[in-house]
Amino acid sequence: MTKEKRQIFVFLIFALVLLTIPFLLRESYLLNVLVFIGIHTMLAVALNLLLGYAGQISLGHAAFFGIGAYMSGILTTRFALDPWLVIILAALSAAAIAFIIGFPILKLKGHYLAMATLGFGIIFYIIFNETVGWTGGPSGLSGIPNLQIGGIIFDNDICNYYLVWIITIAVMLLSINLSQSRIGRALRAVHDSEVAARVMGINAWVLKVQIFTISAFISAIAGSLYAHTMTFVSPTSFGFNFSVELVTMVVVGGLGSIYGSFLGAAILTVLPEFLRVFEDFDIIIYGLMLILINMFMPGGLISGFQLLAQKVALKIKGK
Amino acid sequence: MLKIKNVNTYYGQVHALKNVSLHMSAGEIVTLIGANGAGKTTLLNSLSGIVPPRGGEILFQDVPITNLAPHKIVKMGISQVPEGRQIFKPLSVEDNLELGAYLYHRAKAEKERTKKTADMIYELFPILKERRKQLAGTLSGGELQMLSIGRALMARPRLLLLDEPSMGLAPIVAQEIFQVIENLSRESETTILLVEQNARAALKMAHRGYVLETGRLILEGMAADLLENKEVQRAYLGKDKKEIWER
Repeated sequence: MTKEKRQIFVFLIFALVLLTIPFLLRESYLLNVLVFIGIHTMLAVALNLLLGYAGQISLGHAAFFGIGAYMSGILTTRFALDPWLVIILAALSAAAIAFIIGFPILKLKGHYLAMATLGFGIIFYIIFNETVGWTGGPSGLSGIPNLQIGGIIFDNDICNYYLVWIITIAVMLLSINLSQSRIGRALRAVHDSEVAARVMGINAWVLKVQIFTISAFISAIAGSLYAHTMTFVSPTSFGFNFSVELVTMVVVGGLGSIYGSFLGAAILTVLPEFLRVFEDFDIIIYGLMLILINMFMPGGLISGFQLLAQKVALKIKGK
Repeated sequence: MLKIKNVNTYYGQVHALKNVSLHMSAGEIVTLIGANGAGKTTLLNSLSGIVPPRGGEILFQDVPITNLAPHKIVKMGISQVPEGRQIFKPLSVEDNLELGAYLYHRAKAEKERTKKTADMIYELFPILKERRKQLAGTLSGGELQMLSIGRALMARPRLLLLDEPSMGLAPIVAQEIFQVIENLSRESETTILLVEQNARAALKMAHRGYVLETGRLILEGMAADLLENKEVQRAYLGKDKKEIWER
């Protein structure tokens, strides 16, 4: 099998497994967790395009997630706009914001970029908290309607599962395609050496802004889906902690690996369920995880497993 | 083909290039020699737009390119082989070459020409063809330099800027690289601006040369004359040292 064929094969299996899960698993709680994994996968993939491919950090990505969620929440509850239209509107708004702030912010590098995106994330967190008249402030915004198409209302776990995962799989497919296109190559070139990329004729600055914009667009869609499936949003879901959690997902799964983002999202969604006993100390566990993965599996879990599998295969062949 | 008039370049407060003027005709190999920190790389970076000059003018084929962005300069036909090769190591040899042709992606004819250029480069450096699926990080120093030159050629430049192509290479490998550069100039009529530490090899190959010292051009002339110049011999060719040793 050629490399391309193998890739298509792996993706089809992946999609098929995910789409058959609800037939085998009827338990509402588990399906609910899987819906969250889907939303988190979308966010992790979006951040991975920026962090893993272009090598640009964002510590404020929860803001774009929040913009999607709040725009969907506010425009559907207060103005009774069509939810599907609002999803597109919200994604375009987040993309526009990313595009505008991207130009000044993405001139910065390394720690300075981290600080700027951190500040950006905190500004939006404060906006979500303080514009009580619109967002409901700290007590949140409730009564967001479920999505519906024709006669189907997405108000149960199975419907939500398919809603979220079909979009997530589409996002993953587009991201894999993008990462292997000419643009993907250029992103990795910018990641590796910006100066060399520029003398190749790559407009690094504009390219970074473009990928930042795409990333924000996807994150906002995830936010809208979150709002419609939960029917309730509150600012704590879009704070600094969540931005860090997103970075953790990407790093744990593997920078520059789309399947890695899924794995990272899955682990970091399931883990808190087990970490409940630690209460507020869970952020320490995330930190510890980041350190350990960076030390022992610097390429993330996906490439770590691949290396492990290669070693095992070599041992078996050797004997 | 290229005219640089009174270019001044700064790094913050540091005045790195002082009133540098230089010209090149089509098909020429011109070399720029000078000690470490003289501003050779800065001059190339000013040409390619990476460190735009603050004063002066650069004309390429009579068009001013002084404050153009690097990607526009590449599009006009100037490619740089950066110092230390700057190969994208996590990418394959093939992908590195493809990136050299980043700007050619629109028309089908462009893509086909890119394919032909790639074939030409594989012919020039057969070892790259052998290794084309390999990650660039696994190549040897000489192979990396070949890839770096090949990658710059993918943009089909009219003017090629070479920044210390012999850096860190075994003498025999360096000689091979110089041979390729000479052939390139002869066969494809690419104009070449060569920055080199190995002044003797550079002057032997070049038509003309410039000597840069702490940001100023102090000498220019035919390469053969510069080779004979007493000052150049003392400062850059280690002539008197060799004579002492020979005595």
